[in-house]
Amino acid sequence: MTDTNLPAPHAANLPIEKYVLAVTGLVGFVVLWYASVKWLPIDAFNRLPDPLAVIVEWTSPDPDYGISIFTADYYTHIFYSTYRALSAFVLAVVLGVPLGIFMGWKKSVHNYAYSLLGLLRPVPPLAWVPIAILLFPGVELAVIFVTFLVAFFATTMNTLVGVKAIPEDYFRAAACFGASDRDILRDIVIPGAMPSIFTGLQIAMGAAWFSLAAGEMIAAQYGLGFIIWEAYNLIQYPTIVIGMATLGLVGYVSSMLVRWVGKRLMVWHEQKLGMAG
Amino acid sequence: MSSAQGALLGTSLAKTYHVKDQPPVEVLKDCSFEFEPAMLNVVMGTSGCGKSTLAHMLAGYVRPDQGTLTIDGEPITDSGPDRLVVFQETALWPWMTVEENVVFGPLSRGGSRSKAVAASNNLLQRFGLGEFKDKYPGQLSGGMMRRAELAQALINSPKVMILDEPFRGLDVMTRELMQEYYLKLFEDTRLSTVFITAELEEALFLADRIYLMSDAPGRIVKIIDVDLPRPREISCTATKRYAELEQEALAALYAGQGEEDQL
Repeated sequence: MTDTNLPAPHAANLPIEKYVLAVTGLVGFVVLWYASVKWLPIDAFNRLPDPLAVIVEWTSPDPDYGISIFTADYYTHIFYSTYRALSAFVLAVVLGVPLGIFMGWKKSVHNYAYSLLGLLRPVPPLAWVPIAILLFPGVELAVIFVTFLVAFFATTMNTLVGVKAIPEDYFRAAACFGASDRDILRDIVIPGAMPSIFTGLQIAMGAAWFSLAAGEMIAAQYGLGFIIWEAYNLIQYPTIVIGMATLGLVGYVSSMLVRWVGKRLMVWHEQKLGMAG
Repeated sequence: MSSAQGALLGTSLAKTYHVKDQPPVEVLKDCSFEFEPAMLNVVMGTSGCGKSTLAHMLAGYVRPDQGTLTIDGEPITDSGPDRLVVFQETALWPWMTVEENVVFGPLSRGGSRSKAVAASNNLLQRFGLGEFKDKYPGQLSGGMMRRAELAQALINSPKVMILDEPFRGLDVMTRELMQEYYLKLFEDTRLSTVFITAELEEALFLADRIYLMSDAPGRIVKIIDVDLPRPREISCTATKRYAELEQEALAALYAGQGEEDQL
């Protein structure tokens, strides 16, 4: 009963093992990549840049194709993509979380919105691009809108599921103590749905990045998606991979940040999971 | 806590559940009782006899199809802090600390925080949870959770406590401890109690009066006055009187089961 601060039994030897496996996976992938490009007698593979060429280009103070960690352009592209992904994400949270909460909590809101969302959600982000361009005055807003949509659906749906999953007894208990709707919203609905909301935010963050890249390829002059497509058109193959890897990195870091914030906010949840383990 | 409050009177209660595409289930029929205040009333019956429906009705979550239900003469129309329920599943909110859980009731009715915290400290101390007030429910053992729930309910000074198989699912040791706990609490406060259980030993050990329920559709078929002296210790289960009461209850239970069992 007092041993609640002990770590889960299998946790002790895990971290190192975990990193070893992670690094093995990464190295294995790079080796395989190098081998297929250099040694496989298949044309499709031979056209690709090998990892060494990419790293040389990426870290070159004077890159062949104009993009490396020493060029200002590189950071301009990262900045534009991050700015778009973040705006879309914030917008998705601000609109999606409240909508999901009220859909989960109040039957009438659910009935209004559910079938509409159900119909719109499966439409892939790229299919929205033409409408978005027609709808918004600038390319910038159109790209943000497309990015926003996917993140918004993920946020709304996960929040909705989170609220629905709160046991009926929790509401009953609150009602029988005399709690008002406001108390119930603040003390039961929001904290109860929090784990699922944060799952949604992580998915939303990831989804924002992939639909962003798609949007940028079609309709933008800056951004990581743009440089990938531009490099392809200009036959600057190492730059394609630099763009992809950078997307992967910023996407990973942003998801990690969301997870970190979630852990901070939900001490109770972490501890519950810890006990269960 | 005023001792004269919390008289529950049920007259000819009936409840049938209708589930789509299935025959209706008659859970309660002609169920009448008078739970006197300041008494530990135990409702006993086999599982599925409608005990929990009765608990939900007393709490105000479920309306009877027929019959009337009153507390101190007032009809029960809704749930309220005068009748608090502890269920077999914990209803502590896992995202609040023990203390936050306990003070929730008084605060949501606009009480002052300092007063609520003082009352909570007092109760938690009494239940041996003083050191655990800043823990989350997930960090407590089953028995501690039940005690925290009792504190969460009692801080609202209910007129009557309704406990629906509250100690089911606890291990035998913890269960006995919890029974002794509740017994002591009751003997100290004489808080009107409706205690629902399927276990005869638990019923006999705790009750002033046992109301035996028939199988579904449930109704009260027999009332047994348990005149074992209070304060009770677990040793009272070894007395002659206890054995007599047990025989009486068992006889009534088997009589109620009737023909089905002889197949």
